[in-house]
This record gives sequence, structure tokens and C-alpha cells, in this order.
Amino acid sequence: MDFLQPSSWDDALAVRAERPDALPIAGGTDVMVELNFDRRRPGALLDLTRIPELREWSVADEVVRLGAGVPYARVITELGNRLPGLAMAARTVGSPQIRVRGTVGGNLGSASPAGDAHPPLLAAGAEVEVASAARGTRRIPVAEFFTGVKRNALEPDELIAAVHVRTARGPQQFCKVGTRNAMVISVSAFALALHPDRQAVGTGIGSAAPTPRRAAEAEEFLAGELDWATRGPLPEGLARAFGERVAAAAAPIDDVRGTAAYRRHSLTVLARRAVTWAWDDLRRAA
Amino acid sequence: MRVTTTVNGTERTADDVWPGESLLHLLRERLGLPGAKNACEQGECGSCTVYLDGEPVCACLVAAGQAIGRKVTTVEGLAAGQALHPVQEAFVEAGAVQCGFCTPGLVVAAHDLLARVPEPSDPEIREALAGNLCRCTGYEKILDAVRLAARRQAAR
Repeated sequence: MDFLQPSSWDDALAVRAERPDALPIAGGTDVMVELNFDRRRPGALLDLTRIPELREWSVADEVVRLGAGVPYARVITELGNRLPGLAMAARTVGSPQIRVRGTVGGNLGSASPAGDAHPPLLAAGAEVEVASAARGTRRIPVAEFFTGVKRNALEPDELIAAVHVRTARGPQQFCKVGTRNAMVISVSAFALALHPDRQAVGTGIGSAAPTPRRAAEAEEFLAGELDWATRGPLPEGLARAFGERVAAAAAPIDDVRGTAAYRRHSLTVLARRAVTWAWDDLRRAA
Repeated sequence: MRVTTTVNGTERTADDVWPGESLLHLLRERLGLPGAKNACEQGECGSCTVYLDGEPVCACLVAAGQAIGRKVTTVEGLAAGQALHPVQEAFVEAGAVQCGFCTPGLVVAAHDLLARVPEPSDPEIREALAGNLCRCTGYEKILDAVRLAARRQAAR
């Protein structure tokens, strides 16, 4: 095994093109587990922690470009106002030791259906910026990025550069079910974003389908039913109906963490609560 | 592969390091620093917690090569000579030490908390130690130790 340690983004893309057998590593919170347990023996590790550009974020036209190597701890402290849904999810990741190392880019690279960053990125309509030495940069809507269990839309010569997320225009929520508050892989997770500027709703479901996914029909239903103009109280029946539609969008399985039936039921509860909290936030802001 | 890194203030070099090796293995098996413990090897238990460039990390989840040229502080580096660090003293006095396997990681995590938050609330202590498992104490004595260390630190 080789240890490849480029110090610039261009070098990293060149190395990635030359060594399709190399496994990219950032915070190591997924990759090192696979190595420690002999689950994976790549031809090389491609260490991305020496590339300064990956650890930066910036804002242009109210869209945050979040470098793939920014750890969760910094998402929480630096981006809680702009990206509240992602920051809420980041707070639920692992432990302090994990949040200081783990990155949103790494979460996307692993593409686990349980990745905590994925539901809020889906709800916000984020785009993943990927790049290769041969073809330059392209952007992939996050809803098209996940192609299967732990599979994503990256080509073998591509690396994840950043994720682009619009600054929140309205309330965002993230909820997750697990056996304790820390160190938990979610049994189910749900993210909601209200976009009052265009009277639209965004959703993201985690751990309840082969990939993280949106609940598109539930989004349209809720956006059509919400009283955007006067922002009156949220009818209890509407919150419940939204929860049912979110659960209907899931395709969960039974596994060691929970049953499919429990996951579906928990999603009805999480979605109902999320819309109740978010709508209350919007009414208070008015 | 050669790895040169600063550990507890001293530059250390190891040769023939396997590229998939963890920082934890490097510290324990090549550099003779067995303080950080090898337990879960998946970042769940926190018993291998060390500082990497001033941040508490699970050494089992850091590739040894990622530590090249960085600064590592292990539990062995907290005491000043023979004198225990106040956090270590507090763990002994409060009875926060039983089998001792989780202790080095908890000491580093508590040390980091008190450096950032000199007078932490109970929820802050629980949150800061959420990544460290202890199977003996039931945690109450550990919370006592952190409160004791915080009081002593404030009294100085």
C-alpha cells in the first residue's frame, strides 16, 4: 500500500487520475475503521488533509461553497446561522473527537444511507462540486449524487471539491432517532427546510431507503397546503398528513438497528414534529 | 514509509510504517507510548484520545501518515515531570479510576474541556465526555473528578 499526500488540489486530481486504486481519506472516521478491521485493502491511501483549499468555505450570491474538508465542528461554530439544518445534523454526529475530524465531503464520499449530513443537504437542494484533472469541474444535485448503498456518482478519476448550499431563507429542522444522544448511527433521520421566499418545502430522509432521498410528493403537498400568506396556526391534521406522506416515500429494511415498520412509523413522527417546530419558528419570525 | 512527528514536544521518527497504520499503533507499538489505549479501533470508545495539533482526536482513526509534521500530545505529555496534572490528580482523588482502561482517554478529553471551558456546567461536561466509554464507574465519579479539577483550576 502507498501513502499519497498531495499538498495542492491540482496535485490531488493528478494523483487521483493516475491511481484509481487509491482510497481518498480525509478525517478517517470511516476509512480507518475499514482498514483497522481488515475490511478493505486499497492499493493506496490518498490523504486529502494537506490541501488548504478543501478546508475553506466562502459565500457568493447567498450560496455557501463549503470545502469538502471542513470538519463538522467548524460547520457548527461557523455556519450555524447560514446553514442551520446542516449544523443541527452536524451536532448529532458521533462525539467531539469525531466532529473535529469528520467532514461533509467524507460523508458524501462514503455515501452511507445513514450519513447525517445527507438529509439536510437534500432538504436545502445542495449541489456537490466534483472535479477531475481531465474534465475539470462539474456540479451534481445532491438528490442525484447517491446511486446506491454506499455508492455515489463520482467517476473513478474524480474527487469531491465542495458542496454548494443556499443560505437558509427560512426555518430548517433535523431530527434523528437512535439509542442515545451521542455516538449513534441513526435508525431513521429526517430534515426539513421551509423556503418561504418561493413558498416551497425541502425534505431529506436518512437511514430508511437504500440511499438518502427526498420525499418529493410530501414536499409538494405541504407547500400547497401551508398558509404562507397569513402564517396562521398549523392544523394538526396537516402535520399528520405530511408525516404519513414522508413515511410513504421511504423504502426501509429490517436490520440490526431497527425494523422497517419502526422506521416508517418514526418518520411519521419526526416529520410531524419537524414541520410543527419549523412552522412555529416561521410564525415567530413574522 | 518514514513518519516524523512531534510527540509530547520531542521530534520522533519511525521507519517502515505500514501506510494503512493508525496513529494509535504508531504511538503504542513503535514509539513506546502505551498511554492511549487500544480498545474499539472504530472511534466509539474514546480510550485512544490524544491531541493532534491541539484538538482531541481518536488516534485509531488518524492514519499515521496524516500525523507527519504535526504535533501530538498524549496522556504521557500532560504531567510536568513526576507531578500529576491537576486533572489526573482529581481523577485519582475522586475515585474516577477503577480498571483504568478508559482513564487516559477521559483525562485527555477532560483536559481539553477545562482548557476551553474553565467552569463547565454538567451538561457541558457530559457533552464533552460523550465520546468516552467507561464500563466500571457509572460515570458519576468521573463527573466528580471534572468538577473537582475545575474548582481547583479556578482557585489558582
